Amino acid sequence: MTRRRGHRTHPGRYRRRAPGEPRAVGYLYILPALALYTAFLLYPFGQSVWLSFLHWDGLTRATPAGLDNYRDLVTDPGLRASFGHALLLLVFYSALPVAIGLLLAAVLARTRVRGMAFFRTVLFLPQVLALIVVGVAWRSILAPDGLLNDTLRAVGLGSLARPWLGDYDWALPAVGLVGTWVGTGLCMVLFLAGVQRIPRELYEAARVDGAGPVREFRTVTLPGLRPQIAVALTLTIVAGLRNFDLIYITTAGGPGNATSVPAYEVYHRAFETNQVGSAAAIGVALTVVILTLTVAVSRLVEGRRP
Amino acid sequence: MSARLDRAVTYGILTVFAAVSLTPVIGILSTALGSRDSLDTGFSVPEDGPHWSNFADAWSRGHFGTYLANSVLVAVAVVAATTVLSILAAYAFGVLRFPGSNALFHLFVIGLALPQEALVVPLYFDLRHAGLTDTYWALILPQTAQSLAFGVFWMRTYFRNGAPRAVIEAARLDGAGSWTTLWRVLVPMGRPAISTMVVITFMWTWNEFLMALVMVSDEEHRTVPLGLAFFQGQHSADTPLLAAAAVLIALPVVVVYLALQRRFIAGMLSGSVKE
Repeated sequence: MTRRRGHRTHPGRYRRRAPGEPRAVGYLYILPALALYTAFLLYPFGQSVWLSFLHWDGLTRATPAGLDNYRDLVTDPGLRASFGHALLLLVFYSALPVAIGLLLAAVLARTRVRGMAFFRTVLFLPQVLALIVVGVAWRSILAPDGLLNDTLRAVGLGSLARPWLGDYDWALPAVGLVGTWVGTGLCMVLFLAGVQRIPRELYEAARVDGAGPVREFRTVTLPGLRPQIAVALTLTIVAGLRNFDLIYITTAGGPGNATSVPAYEVYHRAFETNQVGSAAAIGVALTVVILTLTVAVSRLVEGRRP
Repeated sequence: MSARLDRAVTYGILTVFAAVSLTPVIGILSTALGSRDSLDTGFSVPEDGPHWSNFADAWSRGHFGTYLANSVLVAVAVVAATTVLSILAAYAFGVLRFPGSNALFHLFVIGLALPQEALVVPLYFDLRHAGLTDTYWALILPQTAQSLAFGVFWMRTYFRNGAPRAVIEAARLDGAGSWTTLWRVLVPMGRPAISTMVVITFMWTWNEFLMALVMVSDEEHRTVPLGLAFFQGQHSADTPLLAAAAVLIALPVVVVYLALQRRFIAGMLSGSVKE
């Protein structure tokens, strides 16, 4: 969508010698932004890395921890579980929305849609709501006497009704479905825009070749949507792993630690149980996971070398 | 397959998903208007008409007037600072040439993928040490820094691809320096790109929760999402009141979104880095 591969190859000839303008003036323009960005983003990140090698309770003197905090990520069952939950949640936050979006794009590739602006506005709406608001809304829907259980009872499926967010087995998928609700519209809007841009002739050619809907999807729609799929995966994965607000407001990691995720553990350890070094290590590890997955997506989906 | 069937299927699917999108929204709206005495939640329409008083009640009981004022102050400061600083930096990255510009630009782009969770812990201790926790600064400064990643990335795309070279060239030939060219020519031309950045930054700042939760412990500086979280803690049994509060908080962003949805969508979908 925002891909502009071209601009690197022709950088505008005159820029090499801007008349009457000293080149160094560029640094002055950047300075204010860079100063703020360094002080409140790059430097704290560096501090996080530093803290992750310490044992510190936030009050007394810190002691060196070596790799202890990182070893805990693998050996501590609670922490390991939180990363496991996060990866499982990605199925709900990322894979499902992308799959649903693709399904819709496949159907829509064949027709022109009127009133698209309306559908786009509605489908995208969950994206602009504060996750705290989304969480409050869904908490009441998933409550024991909330909308979901009421509906189940009304259609005679009352035996399925349960306190969704308080159930050890169901809390994680329930939170996951909230994420699916948030992310699906984004993927749909992205793919709908992309599919409109695939040349009609490709579809006509496929039909002339006798391709059915499935092969048409595999040979035309799917390759044509590669860039959009990469964007959708990147956005939903990053959002899914950063997911603190939703967990905090719906389950606070519970019941037990059935829905704890790394983003929540960072907060919990740093500000509730005084394990600052460990919290920092989780934050750094989370960053590594996000960067790895983002690079993997652009490699796998787009076939590009970074 | 006939074209008519195709179309019916298409609209059917779109309508189903639109309904799924809207159901929780409508659910919370109708809950917010429901009677606080009945235990019914969801779509039941109260017999004695909508209870608009829930909003007034939530407003006064939750101190949302104060929180709203705080949110407005923080959002305005963050948006203003991000806009000016991003325009300046992106202009240099997009139009001026100087050694190291590419590396510096990539430094900003990293911020798009860096999770807050990896910053918030040291930020808290730094700002507390500086005596800035429980002040607006603790909310404004970190959020501006984080918004700069998007702002610089977004505005550079405009300066690179949206601003016609010929115009920059003509301004130069007229003797305009880089400063004049930027503010007199490129910024007025770039209003669409700038307003996209403004609405996205506004939305992110307005909805921000973790930073506010960590940095602010006194009631005086709470922003609305934080206010809602505490409100839920106190009134979790009073569903209509809680729903009314949630609606109040979502409203400003939703109104801006309905007015400027194209800008929201364009801006948010560009958030994944393409270089």
